[in-house]
Amino acid sequence: MTVLRQLGSVLANSWPFIRRDKKAMVGAFILFALLVISAFPSFFTPDDPAAEIYNPGMGLSWAHPLGTTSFGQDVFSQLMAGTRQSMMIAMVVGFFCTILSVVIGISAAYLGGLVDDALSLFTDVVLVIPTFPLIIVITAYLKSASFWLMVFVLVITGWSYGARQLRVQALSLRNRDYLLAARARGESAWYVIAVELIPPMTSLIVANFLGAALYAVLAESGLQFVGLGNINAESWGTMLYWAQNNEALTTGLPLWALAPGIAIALLGSALALLNYAFDEIANPALRPVGRRRRATVAS
Amino acid sequence: MKFLVRRVGFLLAALWAAVTVNFFIPRLMPGNPAEAMMATFRGHVNPAALHALEVAFGINTKESLLSAYVQYLGNLLHGNFGISTSSFPDPVTTVIARGLPWSLGLVGLSTVLGFVIGTSLGALAAWRRGGWLDNVLPPVFVIISAFPYFWVGLLSIWLFALTLNWLPIIGAFNATAVPNWSWSFVHDVLMHAILPSFTILVTSIGGWILTMRNNMITVVAEDYVKMARAKGLRPRRILWQYAGRNALLPNLTGFAMSLGFVISGAILVEYVFNYPGVGFMLLQAVQSQDYPLMQALFLLITVAVLLAIFISDIATALLDPRTRGGK
Repeated sequence: MTVLRQLGSVLANSWPFIRRDKKAMVGAFILFALLVISAFPSFFTPDDPAAEIYNPGMGLSWAHPLGTTSFGQDVFSQLMAGTRQSMMIAMVVGFFCTILSVVIGISAAYLGGLVDDALSLFTDVVLVIPTFPLIIVITAYLKSASFWLMVFVLVITGWSYGARQLRVQALSLRNRDYLLAARARGESAWYVIAVELIPPMTSLIVANFLGAALYAVLAESGLQFVGLGNINAESWGTMLYWAQNNEALTTGLPLWALAPGIAIALLGSALALLNYAFDEIANPALRPVGRRRRATVAS
Repeated sequence: MKFLVRRVGFLLAALWAAVTVNFFIPRLMPGNPAEAMMATFRGHVNPAALHALEVAFGINTKESLLSAYVQYLGNLLHGNFGISTSSFPDPVTTVIARGLPWSLGLVGLSTVLGFVIGTSLGALAAWRRGGWLDNVLPPVFVIISAFPYFWVGLLSIWLFALTLNWLPIIGAFNATAVPNWSWSFVHDVLMHAILPSFTILVTSIGGWILTMRNNMITVVAEDYVKMARAKGLRPRRILWQYAGRNALLPNLTGFAMSLGFVISGAILVEYVFNYPGVGFMLLQAVQSQDYPLMQALFLLITVAVLLAIFISDIATALLDPRTRGGK
């Protein structure tokens, strides 16, 4: 509970930074809009996204803002309905990756010695093995990957970068006086880690969550695009799969292929912009020069 | 020396992990899908080759897991990766050799080019802190690097090949051409490489810009840079020979670490452009359920990435004595 409260307070403290940062505000706004769409997709979808009930290959019109597919489905409805899958993948994979990174990275740094050597080696090995070919090989055997299977594969391949970063930062904090003091008071290792070590690292942890979420969105859409996910799913990657397989670009339906890509790019950019902002919070040296000067004057 | 031993040790550990993962994946899958593939082989290939495949995929083997594993490792060491089902009866190695030059040319060149350009831009951005490069480049490329590689590929096909008609759509050369070393064929190859190469460049460059800029910001604040300024050295000299050289070192390590991501994206770029490299081949192998080819390609890509990382580690150590010591 303490950890949650700490997380809450750090997020609250970083809000002024985000609000002053135009890039971060844009990211937060896009993310919020997509969250709303994915929470109430039926409100934004005029039509059943899968129903093949219209004239195939129609261009733009008021009834079909993005035209129809060559199967006669409404592209706009598909786009709205697909939001949920990408958001879910981003959040769920981001969450589990972060948990794994925190547990492995911080245990390595805190416990030190042989444990650190073993965990660091493990992290580095997972980090250097190219993930996408590995995911392709795993999903190739599975024929069709369900949502949770996709989550599983993306988590086991996506945690290592964060673990490495967190280990480095935890190492630099490990021998600070306030941590030594806590240990001298006879606090348990769990207490020291949860209450003293993790809170100062929160902005880096949040940055890692956003990074892992971004990785998940891109990898998932890539897999769906080549048909290694579930080709009947309602997702942006699946839309791209069908668009590509029906040669949407060359048959005069570019929007069918370009719209879901723009959606993925929007979500990706939102995550990346916020990630960038949290990097600046974690490392003040990176902040834009003008603002830093003003902040010093103000204080 | 100790450093070299450590890096070689890491290279071997990572290689071993990749090979082992490769060995266990088909065995862990429900109802081993490789079994159907094996049925097509029976009666067509000699018993020794069949046995090697059975060992690789864990089918029909009465022997223990351990002895199958040892045999599998032995087969790999002898370069025996089995036979491709989709290009039967060619061995997997022959099939891969057809795709490798295309990938090395396209992905290798684009990656190195992206690194050089991105690093230089990042250094310039940090050098003129608050200038327009510094204000525009980082956010723009943060956004662009969040785009899916394959979609940037689709977009550039639509824009440059279909709408503007500037460049060919897909493939590595004109379908009717016969590969040779004539100027017209080389020109054709280059024209076909522009769009996929541009796609890889645009999506990967942001990472290099951003890390270089961030390293450079730290380095520019160092005393020796102030000293160089105080000595009255020309700014250009300080930028490239003092600050730039030192900021480059962490970026080199970053290069190694991000290489896996770039290669992953490049697979999809090859797919979008039907570019006959190993990435496109990997996805084709998946679609035609050519498991031996798929497994070998995974290993090949992994080994390539690991070797590149190893080389950049050694380069970093040669350039920076500090990294040779401890961790």
